[in-house]
Amino acid sequence: MISEILPAWRVKRIIRYGLLYAVAYGLTIIFALPFLWAVSSSLKPVNELFLWPPQLIPKTWRFENYIEIWHVAPLARFFINTVFVTVFSVSGRILSAALVAYGFARFRFPFRNFLFLLLLSTLMLPYQVTIIPTFLLFKAFGWLDTYNPLIIPNWFGGAFAIFLFRQFFLTIPKDLDEAAKIDGANTLWIFIRIILPLSKPVVITMIVIGFLESWNDFFGPLIYLNTPEKYTLSLGLANFQRVVSAGGQATEHLLMAASMVMTLPSILVFILLQRYYIQGVVISSGSK
Amino acid sequence: MTLSQREALQGFIYISPWIIGFLVFTVGPMIASAYLSLTDYNIVTPPRFAGLGNYEYMFGDRLFWKSIENTLYYTVIFVPIAIAGSLALAMLLNQRIAGRVALRTLYFLPSVTPVVAAAFLWLWIFQPQIGLMNSIISALGLGNGPLWLGHPGSSKPALIIISLWGALGGNTMLIFLAALQGIPRELYESADIDGAGGVGKFRYITVPSISPVILFNTVLGVIGALQMFTLAYVASSGRQQQFSPGGPLNSTLFYVLHLYNSAFDFWEMGYASALAWVFFVIVLAITGFQLWTSRRWVYYEGEDN
Repeated sequence: MISEILPAWRVKRIIRYGLLYAVAYGLTIIFALPFLWAVSSSLKPVNELFLWPPQLIPKTWRFENYIEIWHVAPLARFFINTVFVTVFSVSGRILSAALVAYGFARFRFPFRNFLFLLLLSTLMLPYQVTIIPTFLLFKAFGWLDTYNPLIIPNWFGGAFAIFLFRQFFLTIPKDLDEAAKIDGANTLWIFIRIILPLSKPVVITMIVIGFLESWNDFFGPLIYLNTPEKYTLSLGLANFQRVVSAGGQATEHLLMAASMVMTLPSILVFILLQRYYIQGVVISSGSK
Repeated sequence: MTLSQREALQGFIYISPWIIGFLVFTVGPMIASAYLSLTDYNIVTPPRFAGLGNYEYMFGDRLFWKSIENTLYYTVIFVPIAIAGSLALAMLLNQRIAGRVALRTLYFLPSVTPVVAAAFLWLWIFQPQIGLMNSIISALGLGNGPLWLGHPGSSKPALIIISLWGALGGNTMLIFLAALQGIPRELYESADIDGAGGVGKFRYITVPSISPVILFNTVLGVIGALQMFTLAYVASSGRQQQFSPGGPLNSTLFYVLHLYNSAFDFWEMGYASALAWVFFVIVLAITGFQLWTSRRWVYYEGEDN
């Protein structure tokens, strides 16, 4: 009997930890299986897609699928479009949000607290409430079927980014500003030379969060873009099946390959910069 | 100009991008949509004033009620499971187990997966005849398995499963984990001395300590669930284009999908604006209700209780 060798409390502990490990690592299967299945399907030839029961390991590895997807749909075009929109959205958001947050963190002006509260309350406002007039506004500007509706609004701050920057700026000692002020520096100089360089962590946080948002966005491209050549990846992928399977042939292997190609950048950015991402999310919840 | 006036002026200059954006992209559109909601507007001809006609029409609109039903069904089932599941995962990762940083990363990956890609991954898994899910079901001897997204009886549960996959290990879990790590160890140690069991410690230490975060996650979770759109849109229209988004039989026609169809499929901008305003009121009411009831169960540190 085990109990003769080990005291009861140790047996209990071993069982407890055994269960913990089993659950913790067992769950990875559930989270990872859809990815594994997609990768597996993306490496199969068409005929193997329909094998019953389904096989996780392809009998014939068909790596050509990952080449074919770039030919059957303008995937490279979608890729470049998405990079373009993402880069200009994220950089605009960071630049403008940092400036606005600097104003809220370092200057006293009438209604400051009220305005900041107003800003926070817009975080709760579902974007659908304003989407129709905004659409009509952009239509009046002649911006339909351009990237402007996806990019330009980001150049006016964005409540979450402003909030995050402000929280961070408040932790930077004011003595630094004061010292520079005495030396005759103006406020913009202080912002560029002192505040921003110290804010690298929160800038990276906003790069990750902004990247994931723009890269994954579907609703914006869906209502604003019409010309297929202008599609972003998410919109192109949503229409992939229609483009590719004109002949009614199964295309799931290609669809899975394209889905993985779109997902990979998101996963890479998150894995490389997750420390910053997590910090941002945690600050936003106020539990620090 | 005095020094403080100068400071105020500079402050306003720095925050002006947000002020302009707020006026142009939030205040203006909200006023405009309130006005549009009182008109008939198909984009081609100018808006025609229609009084409360759109709102009256809404009450008789079968699809409006269907979308409310679908959205509430989804929210009421998805949010509690997502909150409880995320908390359970966070508690698991808060134990001293080897490799928990890697586990956290792995749990998180579904939530950075683009929704469109996630939708296709799962459409393929839920494929009724040759899909992975039904092959597992039949291997377990449970018969043929449902048609999932092809049948109104199983389409919403399928969407809930996909959403849970994307949500359980995501932001909600990260926030719970940070909150759990913030609970002072002494609380648990003194409970141990008093002989409290695991359930007692959870009930009387863990839950009260993180109750503000439970509220935060629930409020955001509900707002997010009410806005369900992309997954349902892609899952119901991406694969088979002959169906309009929201199928089969309108079983995945969520509120925002109905709004989208009204605005950008039927170009009924007036009616869609009315839908948007009603949505705003619904979200505000549900959020307000949660904040109001939270007085009874949320415990804030430093507050007498």
